Amino acid sequence: MGYNIVVCAKQVPDTKRITGEAMKEDGTVNRAALPAIYNPEDLNALETALQIRDAHGGTVTVLTMGPPNACVILRDSMFRGADRGVLVTDRRAAASDTLATSYILSQAVRKLNPDIALCGRQAIDGDTAQVGPQMAEKLDMTLVTYLEELIDLKDREITVRRNVGNGWEEVTAQLPVLATVMETANHPRPHAAKRIMKYKKARSKLEMEKELPEGADIDAEAETLAAKGLLIDQWTLDDIDADLEWCGMSGSPTKVNRIQSIVLAGGEYHEFDPTEDGCEKLVHELISDHTIG
Amino acid sequence: MIQVNKQGDVWIFAEQEEGKLSDVPLELLSKARELADALGVSVGAMLLGQGVKDLADTLIAHGADKVYIVEDEKLKAYQTTPYTAAIQTLIEDHQPQICLFGATPLGRDLAPTVASRMKCGLTADCTDLQIGTHEEKKDGTVYENLMYQIRPAFGGNIIATIVNPERWPQMATVREGVMPMSEADSSRSGKVIACQAGLNGFPLPLTIHARHREERKVNLKASRIIVCGGAGVGSKENFKVIWDLAHCLGGQAAGSRAAVDLGFIDHDHQVGQTGTTVRPALYVAVGISGAVQHRAGMQESAKIVAINNDPDADIFQVAHYGIVGDLNQVVPMLIKAIRGGMSVKTAHETPEATHG
Repeated sequence: MGYNIVVCAKQVPDTKRITGEAMKEDGTVNRAALPAIYNPEDLNALETALQIRDAHGGTVTVLTMGPPNACVILRDSMFRGADRGVLVTDRRAAASDTLATSYILSQAVRKLNPDIALCGRQAIDGDTAQVGPQMAEKLDMTLVTYLEELIDLKDREITVRRNVGNGWEEVTAQLPVLATVMETANHPRPHAAKRIMKYKKARSKLEMEKELPEGADIDAEAETLAAKGLLIDQWTLDDIDADLEWCGMSGSPTKVNRIQSIVLAGGEYHEFDPTEDGCEKLVHELISDHTIG
Repeated sequence: MIQVNKQGDVWIFAEQEEGKLSDVPLELLSKARELADALGVSVGAMLLGQGVKDLADTLIAHGADKVYIVEDEKLKAYQTTPYTAAIQTLIEDHQPQICLFGATPLGRDLAPTVASRMKCGLTADCTDLQIGTHEEKKDGTVYENLMYQIRPAFGGNIIATIVNPERWPQMATVREGVMPMSEADSSRSGKVIACQAGLNGFPLPLTIHARHREERKVNLKASRIIVCGGAGVGSKENFKVIWDLAHCLGGQAAGSRAAVDLGFIDHDHQVGQTGTTVRPALYVAVGISGAVQHRAGMQESAKIVAINNDPDADIFQVAHYGIVGDLNQVVPMLIKAIRGGMSVKTAHETPEATHG
């Protein structure tokens, strides 16, 4: 018995350490210029998943979408206790907005067919909190946002406490359920030394192609890794039966019109006259830099 | 999605709980009014729930021309899927060009689900919305009169302007307390349209066992704009100028320790090392000398405006903008300038008749 649990996780640029150089001219982010970290609330989702598995049995699969390097957070998940990692990687998925991202991820989740899917409430690079609810809609899974405490799970019925901003509610739902998890839900467990020893060798095929000498038999190596439970599954859009029209740029209804960097005042001081004219100039200043208006 | 429909109205979702509207839908209405006037269309409000039709008058007084009411037992306590189904029907039947939701916990649960159902775009947590032109760089196509969805991104390091040119409705969630609320005008008239929920046989996915709501406390930390008064304001009666300025900026009124100790404002509103530390986008310090304890509680604000009659007050050391003068004269002038400045932005092309 036990539950098939999928955690959707994202590797994100550490937005606390961003600089102007991290922005490309077209307004998108040059992720290579930033330290990449495990999205914080996705770690809370992983911890919730591990607690469910430890109490009820089953498996925890961590799913991520991104470049080959995103395998770093899949290994990180394994160091903490995840059973399996899946990477969805495909150039045709680039420039996906939240709608296209939720479509692609939902196709991958569909293939994994979980009883419970968990995501962090939101990712720190966009702070949109849209992908979780949009995946639930596409998968027709019951959505439970803002999970703060897992109260009970039995007979395929889950009861949780949700944080609804000005209070909380306790709700029960039948599986399958997709929940988004708050940072207040738990404290993510650290890496386990024994698991690091084992899973530091986990690799995806793309990583093996990069690391192994030319002419190496990748498929044979992959089979060896798979037998030890160390192969990170790597899926393209074809592997998850994604309709390309709904992926990447063409699947994204929203477009960037423009991007402005915030210029910090940095000690600059302007004084305005205590007159109607002075007040108008001050208000104009505040409106033009989007502080108000 | 629906087809691009330039005659479509500008809609807001009138979030209510237990038959009470919060400020959010009223803030949305004031912004929707601006957008609709710029586009020459009407403002519609979606009001869902059970026993909520009395709220329509409030929505009309705050700027709605039409209120679409959907009442059903299954809409009494919020759940994602029945609300989504009812909104989908409304959108498909009436083809609005814009749908705005508050970026509240409920709005951030509902709006993405609706957008996913409609296969349209959605921009989260906007701090401003405007009407403008977009040129698609790839093929040079020019789109007139789109809604600019303006939001901070990347932890507040950039401001992004997002558009949704083709897959409509154009949807956005809007941060609480960012848009100034317009005053109610009970002489406005509007149309109330009762709609079918179509939820017969619709299964409710959640059983809600227990709910707890806390009395809405002052949440200075969550405020994007704070107007803080100090001892210099002089009296509790005179502190009204602080509230007025905060209200017209869509911000929160607050007080320094001295103002709280003098009883001008409640302790919940205190900023400073012994009160709450805040980092709003805009902090307006009025009649505050700027003791180090106070500065520690606010100096990380993105923009600081100081108003004080003492040019040597310490507060000017951390301020970005300053006005040296009598606050009793400066604040009313500032309020007037803000009201003027906000309306100038959309005043062009505003057909007077639609103000009702």
